[in-house]
Amino acid sequence: MSTATLNYPKPQKPWRPKQRDLVPTYLGVIATLLGTWALVEFTGLAGKLGAFGAAVLCTTVVSTFLAGRSRGKQAAKNAAVASLITSLALLAMFPVISILGTVLVRGTKGLYTGFFTTDMGLASVNDPLNVGGILHAIVGTFLMIVIATVISVPLGISTAIYLTEIRGPGSRLIRFLVQAMSGVPSIVAGLFIYSAIITGSGRGFNGLWGALALAILMLPTVARTAEEVLLLIAEDLREAGLALGATQWRTVAMVVVPAAKSGLITAMILGIARIAGETAPLLFTTGGGDATNLNPVDGVMGSIPFAIWKALISGSAESNARAWASILVLLVLVMILFFSARRLGKARR
Amino acid sequence: MTDNVKPSSLASIAAGNANRVPGKNALGTGLEARSVHAWFGKNHALANVSLDFAAGTVTALIGPSGCGKSTFIRTLNRMHEFIPTAAMAGEVLLDGRDIYASGVDVTKIRLKIGMVFQKPNPFPSMTIGENVLSGLKLAQLKQSNKEELMEECLVRAGLWNEVKDRLGAHGGSLSGGQQQRLCIARSLAVNPQVLLMDEPCSALDPGSTLRIEETIRELSETMTIIIVTHNMQQAARISDYTAFFLADGHPGMMIETGPTSQIFSNPKDKRTENYVTGRFG
Repeated sequence: MSTATLNYPKPQKPWRPKQRDLVPTYLGVIATLLGTWALVEFTGLAGKLGAFGAAVLCTTVVSTFLAGRSRGKQAAKNAAVASLITSLALLAMFPVISILGTVLVRGTKGLYTGFFTTDMGLASVNDPLNVGGILHAIVGTFLMIVIATVISVPLGISTAIYLTEIRGPGSRLIRFLVQAMSGVPSIVAGLFIYSAIITGSGRGFNGLWGALALAILMLPTVARTAEEVLLLIAEDLREAGLALGATQWRTVAMVVVPAAKSGLITAMILGIARIAGETAPLLFTTGGGDATNLNPVDGVMGSIPFAIWKALISGSAESNARAWASILVLLVLVMILFFSARRLGKARR
Repeated sequence: MTDNVKPSSLASIAAGNANRVPGKNALGTGLEARSVHAWFGKNHALANVSLDFAAGTVTALIGPSGCGKSTFIRTLNRMHEFIPTAAMAGEVLLDGRDIYASGVDVTKIRLKIGMVFQKPNPFPSMTIGENVLSGLKLAQLKQSNKEELMEECLVRAGLWNEVKDRLGAHGGSLSGGQQQRLCIARSLAVNPQVLLMDEPCSALDPGSTLRIEETIRELSETMTIIIVTHNMQQAARISDYTAFFLADGHPGMMIETGPTSQIFSNPKDKRTENYVTGRFG
């Protein structure tokens, strides 16, 4: 036994191609590069998209030929479909990477440490880039997100529990309305708050009204995601709880919701990511102030999307740079939210 | 019967088929595993298994859960490599040729070495008839007399009489046992040389199990069958050879192999004896 243990072979992956078998692949890569170069050089294909198209064409042709030569017609078809699908996936990535790249390049120019600690209350749009910042916008966005979350998460999760656990009267109608609500254009949410509250009550713009408009947008996202998460919980678990003599309330509270916890947190973060970049509902509701305002029920309140809009339409080179820097801050914020949603979704599984 | 082991009921069951002649009509010359190892990441799941499966024989792989039986049969038709962290070493010879050799077309290998899974998995979007012929369609094989082939496969899988009037119904409308026989019929349609079965009866009732065992006996006339089972009586009833696997804190290993009647009546290894007599596992 012990001698056999010493002679164990190393783990191998014989299904991976060997160096020797890869020679045609290397030649294929060279042929693809040459072919792409030739197509771009000698035909009408031009620009980044033209080069991409030429590369897709050459990759598909070469990989199909190689697979067909070594393993026959079916393998050739398989290779053709595989390279086309890979190309389409890359094409879908193209705008995303392009946007991220542009924002990163342009946004970093407007950044300095004071950008996060000062506001535009005393700075004007033509001031140099080391004066003023978006503290007021970060504070406003943060406060409004917190308020909108506090309002829409309990409502959304309660709706989801009603739809999946209680399944009471009107479930289908409610499900339909929630789905319809997620299609409401964001500016309509702003207009609703404006006409229902601001013109009605005569009270001026403030952060709370902005947060209410955001909550209207966030609610269907939270409710629908939470419903899907709760539907994934196996029926066995509910039956196991009920079979121990528990009431439905105890089963939902102690078995179903804890089992779906990480998914419900994901629902919340997806909802936040949905509203973090919204501009339209804030136009008619917050007033978009330039000074830092910590009181959501009194006075105008800034937000990052509003600050971007304001800086962009003011037109000076400095405020343009400030707008790009704000876009970068907002993108990083949303990306942090998405990554934490994924981490929380994976944890405790 | 030797005197140190009491003749158990398993041994007498196994003795009942000791004189079976391996199927003479079986295709090919069989399958041979040579010092096969398997890993999942760093975890050495299976060590140094060498087994010879002669054409037309039925071999049962027995052993407690987690001993590497399923991993082993998945190395035999290259399904093991689907798991990203998987690695292996050794050779698996089909008709004397290594199926892991470079340049071997893995899809052709899986056509020759079929597999029936633990949980019945008929394709949900296809009717019963389409399920039987799905292998031909998926692998784009030409077949002239499809109706005949469909009937033949269903007859051999012991399902024809139950479904002949509703071939257009969906596979999901069948009972669990019928679904599993449909899956067997499906793997027969591409005429494999070897059929791997990973606990095909573990989710089925005794009646369905009996039907599938009869099916296996009949199939062994024309093909080589390797079956993983937790049911010792099943192993004794249907197999010509039995191999006993055990992990026991180490990588899973094949402890003992031999004719089924011998493994159940007179095993050489104490651990095999403990297992087949029900003292553990």
